[in-house]
Amino acid sequence: MTEMMLDIRNLKVSIPTDRGMLNAVRGVDLQIAKGETLCLVGESGCGKSLTATSIMGLLPRYARVTSDRFEMAGQDLSTKTDAKLAKLRGRDVAMIFQDPTSALNPTLTIGRQLTEGVMRHEKLSRSEADARAIEMLDRVGIANPAARLTQYPHGFSGGQRQRIMIASALMGRPGLLIADEPTTALDVTIQAQILTLLGELQADLGLSLLLITHDLGVVAAIADNVAVMYAGRIAERASAVELFAAPRHPYTKGLLAAIPVPGVTRRGSELPAIPGRVPGLIGTMQGCAFRDRCSIAGPECANDPVPLVSTGQGHFIECVKAAEVSV
Amino acid sequence: MLSFISKRLLVALLVCLTVSALSFGLMFVSGDPAIAIAGAGGRAEDAEAIRVAYGFDRPLIVQYLDWIGSALTGNLGQSIYFNVPVTEIIGNRVGVTLTLGFISFLVALVIAVPLGVAAALRPNGWLDRFALVIAVSGQAIPSFWLGLMAIVVFGVWYGWVPISGADTWQGYILPVIVLSYYAIPELMRITRSGMIDVLATDYVRAARAKGLPMHLVISRHALRNAVLPLVSLAAVQLGQLLSGSIVIESVFALNGLGRLAWESLLRSDLPVVQAIILILSLLYVVLTTLADILNAVLDPRLRGNS
Repeated sequence: MTEMMLDIRNLKVSIPTDRGMLNAVRGVDLQIAKGETLCLVGESGCGKSLTATSIMGLLPRYARVTSDRFEMAGQDLSTKTDAKLAKLRGRDVAMIFQDPTSALNPTLTIGRQLTEGVMRHEKLSRSEADARAIEMLDRVGIANPAARLTQYPHGFSGGQRQRIMIASALMGRPGLLIADEPTTALDVTIQAQILTLLGELQADLGLSLLLITHDLGVVAAIADNVAVMYAGRIAERASAVELFAAPRHPYTKGLLAAIPVPGVTRRGSELPAIPGRVPGLIGTMQGCAFRDRCSIAGPECANDPVPLVSTGQGHFIECVKAAEVSV
Repeated sequence: MLSFISKRLLVALLVCLTVSALSFGLMFVSGDPAIAIAGAGGRAEDAEAIRVAYGFDRPLIVQYLDWIGSALTGNLGQSIYFNVPVTEIIGNRVGVTLTLGFISFLVALVIAVPLGVAAALRPNGWLDRFALVIAVSGQAIPSFWLGLMAIVVFGVWYGWVPISGADTWQGYILPVIVLSYYAIPELMRITRSGMIDVLATDYVRAARAKGLPMHLVISRHALRNAVLPLVSLAAVQLGQLLSGSIVIESVFALNGLGRLAWESLLRSDLPVVQAIILILSLLYVVLTTLADILNAVLDPRLRGNS
């Protein structure tokens, strides 16, 4: 049994709204082993960002969070106070964001933003912290790092800013890095560079990486394992190779079918799309959330609970029609 | 940064020139100043004599250059009514206005900024609602009415403070309260909205993700960005507090600049009015320039090429 970096069972996140309780995350299980890259995939509003934010302990005050188990590197986080969680952030777990331009404070120098975390956590002196910042900037591919510590974010390009964010996240030498759509705001060539960089760092440092994305191209490039999220639950979980080769859940199949393949998809032909739309998440839900859009749904899909079915080594789907699907 | 400051100062200088020309022109917009000085019953010969005596017969440009030249050497002319130098009259009055304005401004800032921050941390919390009540009432209640009520309650009924004048420091208490109450709402609302915007940004989330404690996130990351709009507003507010306290000075019988301007207008003492307008306008120029420089210190993006 490999050592677990993150072990979450039955995570639920609800947000009170004017129209009722928005149950955004409805019982998610997530396990990430040490050194594993897990991609959490899903469309906007499926709860993947909230899942990540709850791991960071950065959910808004009014959000309601419950779980049966919430462990990071063997520590139970569910019983920790806010102040204790703050000590873990930046140290055991760090996060990078979608838009590096807005994630760096425009009024503080790069050096200040890189070093402020470790100077607090590890009581490093300014020169020690600066030395580590230079090392990290160098590592993420920022040229002439020592001179750039005194510069402000607006002096850097978008790709460089994301590199700086990654360096900032790695300053505290965390075991788990959460990347929330780290390439969405960048242009395509820079996306590839950032993904390559993340992959290299992950391998070199033995990081566990939780990468949130709606881009299956990103998944194919970097993931060991994939969890596909739909309407606040994990619909399918498998190794990346297996998921692309043999998707089992009707939702995953629909997602993969919607990707045009050069040379295969005929020019001018209509891409297949999943009919219908994502169900509203306010209030409680009976049965499988995907059944209204599912081509193989039957009456039994309306029953609770939807069974978790294993369809092979480390491959799970949440689907009652699994037997038919797995043919 | 240096090039930013020198550019900004150059602009300020141009504004000063424009302002001086405008305040000089004010002398002539209400008609022939010589006739105004001679009074309603003045004869044409009197007006002519005055015109020569005050130099109104010279070309306008000469008069302007003469006036601006003396102003630069600290001579703002003679008061027509008192026949003493304008600088002397203003010098006697400016202290009261500056004291009242600056103290009110500081009181307003000290109350408005923390209240705005606290309100932004918990929008719709009880403190936010309390702050909203303060803001709405502060903007809705006219300061002359509030001033009069304060005099009635604390000066007349309780007798805690003098009801008029500024012979002792206690005389400033009520005017400062009323004037700062007038300034608080805007300062507080802009702090609150700036803070709410900044707290929702990714860099505040990123700062929290680094594990910084909340007080550091607020003071180092949020406040610095949230006060940028506040600085510009505060400069204008301070200008208003220093120049616009005519009502307050009248209600509390304080002999400050605002009251002097009002009295001089009634007396047609145009050199005094002109000088007050010039001084207050220049004050605005100085304050907004300082605000711009302070903002550039706070936000490196405003400095241009660095």
